[in-house]
Amino acid sequence: MGENRKHIAIIGNGVAGIGAARHIRKRSDHRITVISDETDHFFSRTALMYIYMGHMTYEHTKPYEDFFWAKNKIDLLRARVEKVDVDARQLALDRPGPNGDSSLAFDDLVIAAGSTSRMFGWPGQDLDGVQGLYSLPDLEAMERHTQGIERAVIVGGGLIGVEMAEMLLSRKIPVTFLVREGSWMSHILPPEESSMICRQLRSHGVDLRLSTEMDRIEGDAAGRVRAVVTKDDEEIPCQFLGLTIGVVPNIDFLDGSGIETERGVMVNDTLETNVPGIYAIGDCAQVREPQPGRRPVEPLWYTGRLMGETVARTICGESSAYDPGIWFNSAKFFDIEYQVYGDIKPDPGDGVESLYWEDPIDAKGRGGEKSIRINFRTDDQTVIGYNVMGIRYRHELCDRWLREGRKLRFVLENLGAANFDPEIYKEHEADLVALYNQRFPDQPITLKRKRGLASLLAVLGRDRRAATRTA
Amino acid sequence: MSQTSSSTLAHIRTAGLVLFLIGFAVFIVALTLAHYEISDATFTALDERGTVQDGHRDALYNELRGLSGERFDSVLAFLAQVDGALDRTEATIGYGIGDYYRGEYKTAIAHAAAQGLLPSNVTLFFWLSLGLMIIGGLAAFLPRLGLESPGIKNDGTFFSGIQTKGFAGMALGGVLIGFYVLLYFYPAYITNWIRLADPVSELLRNQPADRWFFYGLLYTIAVLVMGVRMAMQYRHSRYQLVRTGSVMFFQLGFAFLIPAIMVLLNKPNLAYDLKNAWPLDYSLFYDYRIEGYTGSGVLGWLMLVWGVALAFLVVPLFAFFFGKRWYCSWVCGCGGLAETLGDPFRHLSDKRVKAWHAERWIVHGVLVFAVVMTGIVLYSFFTGEQGAVLGAEPWKWRQWYGFGIGSIFAGVVGTGFYPLMGNRVWCRFGCPLAAILGLVQRFKSRFRITTNGGQCISCGNCSTYCEMGIDVRWYAQRGQDVVRASCVGCGICSQVCPRGVLRLEQGDATRRMDEVSFVDLAKGKVEIG
Repeated sequence: MGENRKHIAIIGNGVAGIGAARHIRKRSDHRITVISDETDHFFSRTALMYIYMGHMTYEHTKPYEDFFWAKNKIDLLRARVEKVDVDARQLALDRPGPNGDSSLAFDDLVIAAGSTSRMFGWPGQDLDGVQGLYSLPDLEAMERHTQGIERAVIVGGGLIGVEMAEMLLSRKIPVTFLVREGSWMSHILPPEESSMICRQLRSHGVDLRLSTEMDRIEGDAAGRVRAVVTKDDEEIPCQFLGLTIGVVPNIDFLDGSGIETERGVMVNDTLETNVPGIYAIGDCAQVREPQPGRRPVEPLWYTGRLMGETVARTICGESSAYDPGIWFNSAKFFDIEYQVYGDIKPDPGDGVESLYWEDPIDAKGRGGEKSIRINFRTDDQTVIGYNVMGIRYRHELCDRWLREGRKLRFVLENLGAANFDPEIYKEHEADLVALYNQRFPDQPITLKRKRGLASLLAVLGRDRRAATRTA
Repeated sequence: MSQTSSSTLAHIRTAGLVLFLIGFAVFIVALTLAHYEISDATFTALDERGTVQDGHRDALYNELRGLSGERFDSVLAFLAQVDGALDRTEATIGYGIGDYYRGEYKTAIAHAAAQGLLPSNVTLFFWLSLGLMIIGGLAAFLPRLGLESPGIKNDGTFFSGIQTKGFAGMALGGVLIGFYVLLYFYPAYITNWIRLADPVSELLRNQPADRWFFYGLLYTIAVLVMGVRMAMQYRHSRYQLVRTGSVMFFQLGFAFLIPAIMVLLNKPNLAYDLKNAWPLDYSLFYDYRIEGYTGSGVLGWLMLVWGVALAFLVVPLFAFFFGKRWYCSWVCGCGGLAETLGDPFRHLSDKRVKAWHAERWIVHGVLVFAVVMTGIVLYSFFTGEQGAVLGAEPWKWRQWYGFGIGSIFAGVVGTGFYPLMGNRVWCRFGCPLAAILGLVQRFKSRFRITTNGGQCISCGNCSTYCEMGIDVRWYAQRGQDVVRASCVGCGICSQVCPRGVLRLEQGDATRRMDEVSFVDLAKGKVEIG
């Protein structure tokens, strides 16, 4: 291996960059340098909200102890990459690197520089107290900006917005949440689930304003945000404004480098850019020919992690095409967990039907916080997607059933095996089966399996046992 | 919830906290609310108790009479005089009476000589101290039903001084450590506290409280009241509600009521906790225990057989089927206290790999110590050998273990350090029973914590809130089943996970999942189950 030892520079120490570093290390003894100007060590970006809420400290968000990097011979460099020189194959840093000067030569380069918060160019968006939330410095700014304030406004109907609302309410700061659409996240969630989340936000005290757009931001004499004004000319006083309208790839430093960019860094199916030996992964990568149903830029934890492992294989000599697999995602909106597997669109479209069960709301107002949705094709009842709220489902089993093109009857009969909720929790699969039997009374289905590992093994069949197990 | 009623509930909570603090203050001050005077009544009380050995009685009483007529307002001054009387007693009888009897005598004398405000109004002070703490605690916790939606309630945990080793946390640790030091080593100074348990002891056992009844009562109150808090904290989770109910039931029924009933039935030799398994119950095979059982008829023999079966059959068998959780977080008294009183401190456990290494050396070391000590005690019982075995007499082995492990490790450190090192210091580093259960769980058990495919986001909530200091995330983010000797199966990692990744479950003991490649997972190439 010795003479083929390359120096691989990785820009960015998020899940994608670190995933690449770890898997390169597993497969080779290449020299690895991970460069970040955000933090000394890898931390979980998705956990930023929990630091603000006091569930954890920054230290807890680091997935590996600090000794891990030296032990695995992964060099960490705290610096900002200002320029990439693709001809000389070296990076220009904003401060002296390991060579004493501010350059770093590489053989292969992995760009995993992540995102920055999207800004629309609203008047007043540079005022003090106006910000997005993506990085650790963003979190520190939010800590400063929200000291002793009376009201916050959040604009944007995405996941970061609802996280921000939860963060602020944990500090008892009243929140007004402006959402352009008629229901929260209605571009992702079907209407029932979307309205469930709207109820959840309101029951936790969020002043949720649907179909409301911000027109402009008003500042005070000190240059601090004072209010926002909606397109209906309503002025909402606030001392903090969260702009959470999405993120954009962080690629400005590549301008003029010769590396082709569009919205993100353009990559082929092995995640390589137009320059051989230079790859891009994670939030900042734009896949030239995404697989059907997938977006070219997917700023997601899971995508970044998968790209990191994929590019490591390629760099270590096992050329690997990026295969995102069957779509899955998850989130938590206040107290409601959300998981999705496969194809669930807000409007399923022609030829697709939904079987949907929702926990009914009782006289005391309890309930309405759980649901199961299974989407299937009308013609042959092939199941194409699962969407659960307030209930956990087994990723691998849903994935397998989607891959195998299982029919609704099979899925419903065995649905208990897909349930991943803790023991003793109420099981609701029978309710969904009952709905099916109402709708298709000719051939009623009986739920054959309850939750549990034994059910899972029974569904899989004992012959599927693999040798990848350890005692 | 209307504005008015939620503000009423908030006021009830505040009032509850104030009541609790008043009760706690009365409890502390209670130590001083008596004066001490030796009189004829003192000797009558001492004789009723029968604490003083016949060989010491006359000389000791003679010395104590020398103190009669003098009133001591402070227990410290009084016991200093008693110490002097004991010294002179030893001189008279010509030999030392030993630390054990000295401690017992001082406790009995202080108890018998106490008069005044508290000794004359024990029931009143029971309500003003423990009673107010119970009522205040319940008033502080129960209104959460109407104030909070069910769900994870960790907001502000790391901003709380009491929960993050701030001044309040250190102070609480000091109070707890001080309590255990007094209870184990200086019981003579806390007879006012012991007396506070008299009303309950009289009711249940028809006799005054001793220090272990007092401790049992306090322990049970802590598990029940803080169990209510635990139920509020995790009321969205049936698993946590049932589990908390289980530890409350076993503490109240098995640890507290059944032994009290045995005493009431005049069977003090059988007044032991039936769920307490050897070697956690390290005195099971001590001569007085064995003789107590075998001399108490069929019931005694049954209890002895049960004690042996529990340790050598039930514990390993159940650990094979369900992991160690069936004991450690559903039944055990130490676990019960850790899961209720200790829950607010669970995040303080050390998660470093270093701590894991230390844990394995220490806990298995204690197991070896327990086995060797028990072996020597049994050898001595059956052979009558009283001389040194492996370098020390059997009674010394017992004393070392009882002092070092039973008192210091399990009590002073195990519970006293809740606010400093988390709520499972004893269970993780010290408990020999946990070590046995852990070996079964690690090498041959159907139990594991399964991770859900690729859903982990490495946020760290699971590791942070693991009371056993397991870096759960290390496994979850690799898609690997968590199979660790120390896991007590409390299930909190699964609760705090925001992405539904972790599930405690039982399956084929030979198949527990190793690391997963997410590339293979995306291609459907990972075998599951």
